Amino acid sequence: MLLKITFTQQRRVRLAQGLWLMSWLAVMSGAFIFCLGVYLKTELLRRAEVMDNTEIHMVPNILMMVGLVSIGTNWVATRVCQDSLDASRFPRWKLLLMAWFAVAMLLCCLLLAVVVLSYALQGRLEESLKVGLRNGIRFYKDTDVPGRCFQKETIDRLQMEFRCCGNNNFKDWFEVQWVSNRYLDFTSKDVKDRIRSNVDGRYLLDGVPFSCCNPASPRPCLQYHLTDNSAHYSYDYQAEELNLYSRGCRQALTDYYMEMMNSTGPGVLSVILIQMSVLVSLRYLQTAVEGATALEDPEGESVGYLLEKGVKETFEDVKANVLDILKFAQVDPSAAEGSPGAEDAEKPADNTTEKRWEGGGCVSAFFCFGCVSWVVASRAPFGF
Amino acid sequence: MALLPVKFDLKKRVKLAQTVWFMYWFAVLAGVLVLSMGLFFKIELRKRSELMDNNESHFLPNLLILMGLIACSINVFGGKVCYDSLDPDKFAKWKPMLKTYLVFCVGFNALLLVTAVLCFLMRIPMQFTLAEGLRNGMRYYKDTDTPGRCYMKRTLDLMQIEFRCCGNDNYRDWFEIQWVSNRYLDFSSKEVKDRIGSNVDGQYLMDGVPFSCCNPSSPRPCIQAQMTNNTAHYSYDHYTEDLNVWKRGCRDALLSYYGGMMNTIGALVILVTMLEASVTVGMQYVHSSLCNLANPEDPESESEGWLLEKTVKETFTDIMDKMKSMGKGIKVEEGEPAVETVS
Repeated sequence: MLLKITFTQQRRVRLAQGLWLMSWLAVMSGAFIFCLGVYLKTELLRRAEVMDNTEIHMVPNILMMVGLVSIGTNWVATRVCQDSLDASRFPRWKLLLMAWFAVAMLLCCLLLAVVVLSYALQGRLEESLKVGLRNGIRFYKDTDVPGRCFQKETIDRLQMEFRCCGNNNFKDWFEVQWVSNRYLDFTSKDVKDRIRSNVDGRYLLDGVPFSCCNPASPRPCLQYHLTDNSAHYSYDYQAEELNLYSRGCRQALTDYYMEMMNSTGPGVLSVILIQMSVLVSLRYLQTAVEGATALEDPEGESVGYLLEKGVKETFEDVKANVLDILKFAQVDPSAAEGSPGAEDAEKPADNTTEKRWEGGGCVSAFFCFGCVSWVVASRAPFGF
Repeated sequence: MALLPVKFDLKKRVKLAQTVWFMYWFAVLAGVLVLSMGLFFKIELRKRSELMDNNESHFLPNLLILMGLIACSINVFGGKVCYDSLDPDKFAKWKPMLKTYLVFCVGFNALLLVTAVLCFLMRIPMQFTLAEGLRNGMRYYKDTDTPGRCYMKRTLDLMQIEFRCCGNDNYRDWFEIQWVSNRYLDFSSKEVKDRIGSNVDGQYLMDGVPFSCCNPSSPRPCIQAQMTNNTAHYSYDHYTEDLNVWKRGCRDALLSYYGGMMNTIGALVILVTMLEASVTVGMQYVHSSLCNLANPEDPESESEGWLLEKTVKETFTDIMDKMKSMGKGIKVEEGEPAVETVS
């Protein structure tokens, strides 16, 4: 037996009560995880216009799903606790408990995966922002093109809110025509010069939109002729720091989202702890109550444990059960003909059915964990 | 003849006491709500005190905070009395204080109502404070090197961006003041000398606005300088252009912001007043029903509860008589030593 503890009737009652409270706490934390997922998703959707792909949405999606499943799972745990001290009502939970353990393990693994993912997907988020912002800056001037007419307002508000300018820095605006042709006087010499000065015939200028201006600057904002020191009195382009925002918007947005996800890290880890403790306590309660019902005196002492045999032996058992399940599907057609022998085989069959549930639960847990690890590994080429 | 009498047996009394106790807890929460609203309003005023010339009146938020604290304490006391009212021994020690407590409650409720009315009226003095403060703020916009005023530029810029407004009444206010500091003006240039020479005070006035007035929803890049000159910009008509800069003045914007806040607080205080009035009425019934047991020895007997012992008119005349006799009592005391010596 692994980590066995003896339980008197009073201790069993105490365990059931404490576990009932802890299960309700776990329900609350499941709701908290769900709300966290909803909040993250809303924040990501708000800036969806400057993001190119939605891979980062995996994090809030998993959080929301885990939150909902965790609420249901822990509510089931509270029902089990309530019935655990009643010898007549407890046995009906027997089969369900194996599946419950598997689901709880899966939830903990998923939450761990979320914490890992939120770091691993940082590279993908930056890529997505880079492409999205580049498009936004390119389409800044297209306020008359349906589908792109809000890019100007989006980029302006983004730059003002996050105190950033351009993609990497303000020089990105020098490489793009951000003034629409509708507002250019093509008869003027200045416009004709600028258009001829580059291959694509674009009107490029060393100026930035007003939303790049930094209100903390002591001098009124200089937006145009930024590289020309003689265009403004007492102005040195190389030494001027406060005139415009120095940060790039990609960096600003990445920092913002990373900070948000990092600050949820401790919360998620504590929810994992709560879920694990509910799982362990429920296992002890299950084994202790089952042990007590097997005794002649149901109110006497019983032994609670985590695993009936050691870790190695349990693993061997699970392997054997998995093979059994695979064989069971093949053996079934021939078993129907052997009905006289079936009744004798029924009693041990109950035991094996239970073991099959246990084995099946463990197998599904390992399988899902493998899936999640594969997902993480395939999606995170840049993180590690 | 009592006002609104109600007959109570033991069961009804218990139910009444429980209901009133429950309502008192809601009233405590309401008191906390009033307190937090006062704090919130105080913080909001503090945040923008620079724009109000550090001259704003904190009378209303302070009053709200005081009302919240008093409401909390009297409601906790009322709840305790209600809880004890079911036990005749415990209630006996509260009995003498209850009458003064109820009178105090009525006075407090009247004061709460006055506070609510004040919330709606505060808009008027705020209008003047804001107008003055914003005008001065704009004057000090360029003084980013003067200690004490160096943050005015940033404050005004951030406020214009946040509240989507420009200038005091509208953007033309910026045409009338010099908002570019002399440090950044080239006094040897002809253009600067012309502008300075063009007005009496020697100020560098221009028909331009700071960048924070720009409207991001405009389809064209922001036109900040030479706004009244149609030829300076291609395809630009100063009179028909309405999306380029914010049209609203900051005084209006701030006033509607604070006005909305004060209206909400006023409405909530009125609701709290109604709650307080109902708990006072409930407490009066509890008090009167427990004071007039049909059989004073038997705590389970029937009793009658009322709102006022006599009708409104009689209660009023009673109070007037009491006050008159109190006044006479003082006079008689002064006159007595004189009477004694004579006789």
